[in-house]
Amino acid sequence: MTGAVVLTARGLGKQYHRRWALTDFTLDIPAGQVVGLVGPNGAGKTTLLHLATGLLQPTTGTIEVLGGRPGASRAQLARVGFVAQDTPTYSGLTVADHLRLGAHLNPGWDAGMARDRIERLDLDPGQRAGKLSGGQRAQLALTLAVAKKPELLILDEPVASLDPLARREFLRGLMEAVAEQGISVVMSSHLVADLERVCDYLIVLVGSRVQVAGEVEQLLATHHLLTGPRRDTAGLPAGQEVISASHTDRQTTLTVRSGTAILDPVWTVSPVGLEDLVLAYMSRIPDTRRKPALEVQR
Amino acid sequence: MIEFHLDARSGVAPYLQVIHQVRQALRLGLLREGDQLPTVKDVVGRLAINPNTVLKAYRELEYEGLVAARPGLGTFVTGTLSDGSLAALGPLRRDLQRWLSKARRTGLDDESIEALFLTTFRSAAEEGEDIA
Amino acid sequence: MIWLTWRQLRVQTLVAAGALAVLAVMFAATGPQLAHLYDTTVATCGAHHDCQTAVSAFMSQDSFLQKLTNFVMQVIPALIGAFWGAPLIAHELEAGTHRLAWTQSVTRSQWLAVKLGLAALASMAAAGLLSLMVTWWSSPLDRVGPGLLDPGVFGERDIAPIGYAAFAFALGVTAGLLIRRTVPAMAVTIAGYAGVQVAFSLGLRAHLIAPIRAVSSLSLGRATSMAITTPGDHLSLGVTPSLPGAWIYSSQVTTASGSTNLGTAPQSCLPGSSTIHACNAAIGRMHLRQVVIYQPASRYWAFQWYETAIYIALALALAGLCFLWARHRLS
Repeated sequence: MTGAVVLTARGLGKQYHRRWALTDFTLDIPAGQVVGLVGPNGAGKTTLLHLATGLLQPTTGTIEVLGGRPGASRAQLARVGFVAQDTPTYSGLTVADHLRLGAHLNPGWDAGMARDRIERLDLDPGQRAGKLSGGQRAQLALTLAVAKKPELLILDEPVASLDPLARREFLRGLMEAVAEQGISVVMSSHLVADLERVCDYLIVLVGSRVQVAGEVEQLLATHHLLTGPRRDTAGLPAGQEVISASHTDRQTTLTVRSGTAILDPVWTVSPVGLEDLVLAYMSRIPDTRRKPALEVQR
Repeated sequence: MIEFHLDARSGVAPYLQVIHQVRQALRLGLLREGDQLPTVKDVVGRLAINPNTVLKAYRELEYEGLVAARPGLGTFVTGTLSDGSLAALGPLRRDLQRWLSKARRTGLDDESIEALFLTTFRSAAEEGEDIA
Repeated sequence: MIWLTWRQLRVQTLVAAGALAVLAVMFAATGPQLAHLYDTTVATCGAHHDCQTAVSAFMSQDSFLQKLTNFVMQVIPALIGAFWGAPLIAHELEAGTHRLAWTQSVTRSQWLAVKLGLAALASMAAAGLLSLMVTWWSSPLDRVGPGLLDPGVFGERDIAPIGYAAFAFALGVTAGLLIRRTVPAMAVTIAGYAGVQVAFSLGLRAHLIAPIRAVSSLSLGRATSMAITTPGDHLSLGVTPSLPGAWIYSSQVTTASGSTNLGTAPQSCLPGSSTIHACNAAIGRMHLRQVVIYQPASRYWAFQWYETAIYIALALALAGLCFLWARHRLS
């Protein structure tokens, strides 16, 4: 399905009162992948996801999801599943009631799959959602999103408040659904370690702007850690962009993005882990005059 | 049916780890011709990794001629890695254990043993290439 | 969506049904006796010449239930607005469940239409049922009381409560939608509803239909009562016209030329003078006129329809605002 795109945004921006929560977001997110959206709190992740589900309207720019305007029609809504931050559920309704809710409100609802998932998760259908643990609520919310058979699943920090076991259980269930139904996923998190396991495409959002976006393999192949004697970073050739730099009195350590191999013998080149890569972008002082980082080409 | 495990800290890409574990299993006789590999759904449901990772590993193994995907049925083992029969493994393992106790008796610690083995292994491999 | 709305409103609906049932039982237990008492004492009081005692005895029957009914009818629309209307959307916004509801396969407008529509219908039905019971039970009392157009009675009978309930409900929903918090929305709803109610009963209702201005020569026999006073030797007459069930805006006595200044009092009307007959005769010779501005009792239903229509129009306008706001401004 190369070339198929789940989300297209051009110059997308959202302003609240004086503050721009998302600025100049331009990207094509490919289909058939698990996309991680990572960045510090307040970077604009939730804003972007709410724009993609139709919960928010853009202030500037355009966004298209699966070729349609988000939230515009029943058909469009049926193709996208969403789990909001803190996995809201109706605390007075039971688990079984939530499934009935899904069945009544979604034409594509797969009741058998929903029932199977609930059984395998050992959830009591008669239990009120307000009495479930955080992990159980998250699983219930995921079941609701997955059993409507969407093409795209959008998750806003679904595991942020879960303990490690519940987190792992959630990701297992999610990956299983992805494998079974071929769903594309866009998932936000501020924990990179979780994303490393499941994501094959990454978007780094810092200060309301995209810093870098691309396939994880490509990102890891094109970013390097350079250590060497203390030097001014301006001396690097063009095509090698310094993402972050730290200096001691004798040594300089750089995280560098480069499409070509680094040949200067003065540097010791080593690979950068995904977490360090993201941290390098998060610690970069955002320069609004700089052109937004380009998507890493295939 | 074999089960995969993932070492998140090894620095080795997950799909390579899967390939490695399949090849290992083939060598040790845990997987024989005709056996089914775990479904992608089962693997990711246990390991919580991206299905594309497993698909990539299985595709690579298929390209190497070790497995074949049958649509609707699963992925099955079609080849073997029997460059040396299983019977030879027993004596080789015993030789290796003897060498290891010898190395320890001379006072080498684990890191030194590993370094010795790896450098000898690599230079032998290079020599083997030169000859071939 | 209908199922979900029912499920969310289930508890409130059952509570309301229970309360209505309790009231129904109380009314059923006392209503027939009340009507019977009317038929046997008040209806025949003219023949027995004991109308005053018969009426006052009758009016003090079931006084607890009368007061309860009064209270309930005044309070119910506000309660509907605060407890059914305000939380309808505010609760979802507070709990974040709107993010669950709006990402199923129903659009925001559909969601709002079903929720709003069903709950509004339920509110109106509850108010209508209550009003039906109250109107039936109170009908003997209404025949001897100040009439159905009286401000204390008008809003508690027939279809007016339905309009009030619809408006209070819509006001509650709108407040909840704009304020996004249940408790402040409830407060705003109650205050807003009370304000509109006061505006209507104190001023707006009187202007719905142009009143009748009846001018007639003052006939002492036609007046139900007349009070003659002489403040500072000026003549002042207060006359209560005999218009049963009418809503009287004002009743004045004027001179033949229309002036409300009646001049100095006749000698025979000053305190310490002769009999009432001489005073009456003197007043009769002044050819005074009686000017009454009023709404006749026959216009009761016209007022009911007009007022209900206005309240429902307000409710619809608020509902329209809700739709626009939810579609374009809400996140």
